[in-house]
Amino acid sequence: MSRRRHSDDSDAGQPHKRRRTSEPSEIEERLESLICRVGEKSNSSLESNLEGLAGVLEADLPNYKSKILRILCTVARLLPEKLTVYTTLVGLLNARNYNFGGEFVEAMIRQLKECLKVNMYNEAVHLVRFLSDLVNCHVIAAPSMVAMFENFVSVTQEEDVPQVRCDWYMFAFLSSLPWVGKELYEKKDAEMDRLLSQTESYLKRRQKIHVPMLQVWTADKPHPQEEYLDCLWSQIQKLKKDRWQERHILRPYLAFDSILCEALQHNLPPFTPPPHTEDSVYPMPRVIFRMFDYTDDPEGPVMPGSHSVERFVIEENLHCIIKSHWKERKTCAAQLLSYPGNNKIPLNYHIVEVIFAELFQLPSPPHIEVMYTTLLIELCKLQPGSLPQVLAQATEMLYMRLDTMNTTCVDRFINWFSHHLSNFQFRWSWEDWSDCLTQDLEKPKPKFVREVLEKCMRLSYHQRIIDIVPASFSVLSPANPVCIYKYGDESNRSLPGYTVALCLTIAIKNKASNDEIFSILKDVPNPNQDDDDDEGFTFNPLKIEVFVQTLLHLAAKSFSHSFSALAKFHEVFKTLAESDEGKLHVLRVVYEVWKNHPQMIAVLVDKMIRTQIVDCAAVANWIFSSELAHDFTRFYIWEILHSTIRKMNKHVLKIHKELEETKARLARQHKRRDSDDDDDDDDRSSDREDGPLEEQIERLQEKVESAQSEQKNLFLVIFQRFIMLLTEHLVRCETGGIDVFTPWYKSCIERLQQIFLQHHQIIQQYMVTLENLLFTAELDHHILAVFQQFCALQA
Amino acid sequence: GKALRDGRAAMSAGGTLSILRSDSYADLSQYRDQHFRGTRYDQERLLRKSCTLYVGNLSFYTTEEQIHELFGKSGDIKKVIMGLDKVKKTACGFCFVEYYARGDAENAMRYINGTRLDDRIIRTDWDAGFKEGRQYGRGRSGGQVRDEYRQDYDAGRGGYGKTVQCQ
Repeated sequence: MSRRRHSDDSDAGQPHKRRRTSEPSEIEERLESLICRVGEKSNSSLESNLEGLAGVLEADLPNYKSKILRILCTVARLLPEKLTVYTTLVGLLNARNYNFGGEFVEAMIRQLKECLKVNMYNEAVHLVRFLSDLVNCHVIAAPSMVAMFENFVSVTQEEDVPQVRCDWYMFAFLSSLPWVGKELYEKKDAEMDRLLSQTESYLKRRQKIHVPMLQVWTADKPHPQEEYLDCLWSQIQKLKKDRWQERHILRPYLAFDSILCEALQHNLPPFTPPPHTEDSVYPMPRVIFRMFDYTDDPEGPVMPGSHSVERFVIEENLHCIIKSHWKERKTCAAQLLSYPGNNKIPLNYHIVEVIFAELFQLPSPPHIEVMYTTLLIELCKLQPGSLPQVLAQATEMLYMRLDTMNTTCVDRFINWFSHHLSNFQFRWSWEDWSDCLTQDLEKPKPKFVREVLEKCMRLSYHQRIIDIVPASFSVLSPANPVCIYKYGDESNRSLPGYTVALCLTIAIKNKASNDEIFSILKDVPNPNQDDDDDEGFTFNPLKIEVFVQTLLHLAAKSFSHSFSALAKFHEVFKTLAESDEGKLHVLRVVYEVWKNHPQMIAVLVDKMIRTQIVDCAAVANWIFSSELAHDFTRFYIWEILHSTIRKMNKHVLKIHKELEETKARLARQHKRRDSDDDDDDDDRSSDREDGPLEEQIERLQEKVESAQSEQKNLFLVIFQRFIMLLTEHLVRCETGGIDVFTPWYKSCIERLQQIFLQHHQIIQQYMVTLENLLFTAELDHHILAVFQQFCALQA
Repeated sequence: GKALRDGRAAMSAGGTLSILRSDSYADLSQYRDQHFRGTRYDQERLLRKSCTLYVGNLSFYTTEEQIHELFGKSGDIKKVIMGLDKVKKTACGFCFVEYYARGDAENAMRYINGTRLDDRIIRTDWDAGFKEGRQYGRGRSGGQVRDEYRQDYDAGRGGYGKTVQCQ
């Protein structure tokens, strides 16, 4: 057991008082626990808890100052939902110990600089806000805070920097004003007015090409999908008009005003924003998601308006709570529901809105989708009398607005709703949605219901779905997921390959080997050419058809059966699918056999990619092929494509990691050798040691390059096919004089957007190629706009 | 590149809070497989890096496809192995789900454990890894032990418990 002396904390010369019962690390844990838990539900008031804690910490400062500093800096960064609790605590400590206050401010500035250097911008915002609230606690002098904000706003004057950089500094300034606007304006109104007018002119001149790509709905009614800075600016303007009166934020420091105003304040050191570098990656712009307003809960407390600063603060805090507790669903639900102000705001509505805001966020939700489903279920458990109704109301509203909802968001809505229903016996008032039955099946509402029912079936079984919907909904019910075997019936015996299929069936049932299968297949004529190779297996679609149909039919019983079949006859598959046309045809046959069972198609394609029977490019080409045109807008197709792209991306990362690890091993080997003694003999043997590793590195380097090239090719193929398909449609509409915006077109163009958004980090690497090769000026402006919006995201 | 990654790692390591590190859903449970070949220590080591989950309280009628659909929500599934009655070789209400990545299995523990499949609350737990033979129930009658002795009637699990049935 080590008994470390805290030499950095203890005063020189003082005898170190050993605590006989607790180890230093236990004391640190206790301190951390005390600090983290202040503000939680307690028998005493928050004020008395804060006062008590301030006393304890003050007493511990001689021995544990650096630990306390570290803990407080960390809660400032990671528990922003309790911002004012901790600023009050720091205020009390500063009042008792001026030096500590100064050291804390310095530590915070160091932490802020570190965060900005390593691209942790979201946490940096919390630090800025914390510093600004310290003005309210008399820890930091208002003029020095204004000076820092002046430096922030002046970033907008920098030249040749990405707009997203200026955006962040603007956001950090504006989003602190709900907390400190009043105080800063009272002390430095002229400077603040100047800052606000600079803000206004920046917001007017910044470009907003990216906004349509991030909006959940394309329509402005009933709630416009505002760009986040525009919304925040409206909120701050309203706050200013209200003379900076803000009543929602809990400010424990007000109760300590008499103590705090006696404290001496510190000046923030001049803060120069770190310069923009090549490695800087700023947060992406956002669009503010709104689905509720004061009309939605007429009996409850009034929901703060969309441009009220209260709305901003509530949403920020709820998002922060989810960010803090996403791993612990029960805690997360409890923390959300115990957000203060429960009787003054319609909290359930805010919570549901914030959760859907995250679920529907573009490009991606902050957390894994399934978390939100389970979180909503936990919330329903904790508030069974009220939350389910709000959720049902929300579902109804989302359904009503499907016509203008972004396709990617509809996907998420489908996944959420079907999974949610499966936890509640699929109980839903389907008749309320009978309006969709009279619409064209490709329209968003009937399409949505169809996809939901299909997903519900996947989580249960076909008959269950037939049972849960009214009879009138049968037109939207999913097909019975049975396999279609073209050689099954005697009546098909005239089909070419029928007899071979029979032969194969018997052989496979008798546990034939790959070689036996090959020899049976030899007899299959090739409809494509007059003379077949005697030994070679050139592309023979009929061979593929007969083999794949028969095998899949025999293995139809379950996924495991099919996977075993793929594994057992892997050699046959590889040979038949050697060429690109072969790969494409295998996929076609899989589709023909299993078109009633999209889930099976998806798992088979996944397996075939992983066992290298087909490659990713083949899957991409298959998805865009004319055979699949009928299913092109169905959800499962895009699940397959995105899954394929993800596998490709993971593959590249995996080999890259292997390469880095091998390089590291070589470096360690060199280091070991250099530190060991230098015999002449060693030089030769060390070369020999290096040899295999260096060879490995070379091989891995080639593998990485080839994988990256395959990855790039995949994206190029996908973009190319999109362009061809969309151009065809646009030309046809133009010459025929019909409206471009069919449901198919909306779906297709949003699917193209989805590719950009979901894989934006990888695609950023290809910008030059895309600009020069594919998304050139000659392209139809409808298609080019998508590319330009994407470019604007990190511009 | 690397400097940035190291910087971020330093920030995260130097300052996090134990209350935020809490991940109780993904922690090991108290259960240890009594048939495991090896020491307790070995078993726990395997459990801590496992990508395989045991899934219990399934209906006998729940299919591999349903399990794949539900558990696929936390990540790509490598394999599903259905639990079988040792005598009848039919599904007996449990299975193993193996993921490619441990993180995906953790998310299943966080968000799928304790929710419903086929209207039943299912339970997931870390498994040390599938070995041939572990797909069979260990109850005397061939199914799971829990179905030997339970007194209640459960339509999804063969009705009454085996000992009750034999009365």
